[in-house]
Amino acid sequence: MSFENYMKIEFLSKSQNESFARVVVASFVSQLDPTIEELADIKTAVSEAVTNSIIHGYDKQNEKVYLECRIIGNTIEITVEDFGKGIDDVDLARQPLYTSKPELERSGMGFTVMETFMDRIIVESEKGKGTRIKMIKKLKTAKNKE
Amino acid sequence: MQLKFEVLNNTLVVLLNGELDHHSAEEVREEIDKKIESQNIKNLVFDLTNMRFMDSSGIGVVIGRYKKINKLGGKVGVANLNPHVDKIFQMAGIYKIICKFDTKEEALANL
Repeated sequence: MSFENYMKIEFLSKSQNESFARVVVASFVSQLDPTIEELADIKTAVSEAVTNSIIHGYDKQNEKVYLECRIIGNTIEITVEDFGKGIDDVDLARQPLYTSKPELERSGMGFTVMETFMDRIIVESEKGKGTRIKMIKKLKTAKNKE
Repeated sequence: MQLKFEVLNNTLVVLLNGELDHHSAEEVREEIDKKIESQNIKNLVFDLTNMRFMDSSGIGVVIGRYKKINKLGGKVGVANLNPHVDKIFQMAGIYKIICKFDTKEEALANL
């Protein structure tokens, strides 16, 4: 039987919660015995997705961000969801160096980081409704526990 | 994030202690810019020995400081990177404009 686990949390879209979110995911994933590199990759991807929800999804408003993790065998699936303003053009947003807020000195590399550090990224977004980012990564060294 | 500054000749060395993300980026940016403006700085070295985490917000901070220093006719270097930070910088193509050094001393000798 393959190992399965699940967790979900919600938190306010405050920038202080960026580090909180990545530490939560790192702790949850640690049961799979990831390498230091895998853990750093996952933390960075989570940080990017949560930052997007905070800066772009909700702008300056404090609303809830939802973070969900699922472990299926050696694979971790992380979902970050907001009910903010949504992304106008997902393909454009995923382009390296594209940023809708150049005045904030953002690098426009958020989606590129997520795509590079995780195996697969699924972005669902609807204008005025919100954005859901699902990130999937198979851990190479993970033990497949009962 | 805690910052420690050191000025050697015209070079500002910033030792970053902590995690560089969107939350800490603004403070880091402001503190470094204040130093650059008040101390007749030409070059800038980021010493990343104690930087435990960085996401793409760090790319924005480094490129933003590069633009400032470049206008002053100086150069920007990064030293003591861990493999993770190196990977992010490489992905962003940052080494086309910023020099990478193994140590702070090497950066100071070569900028």
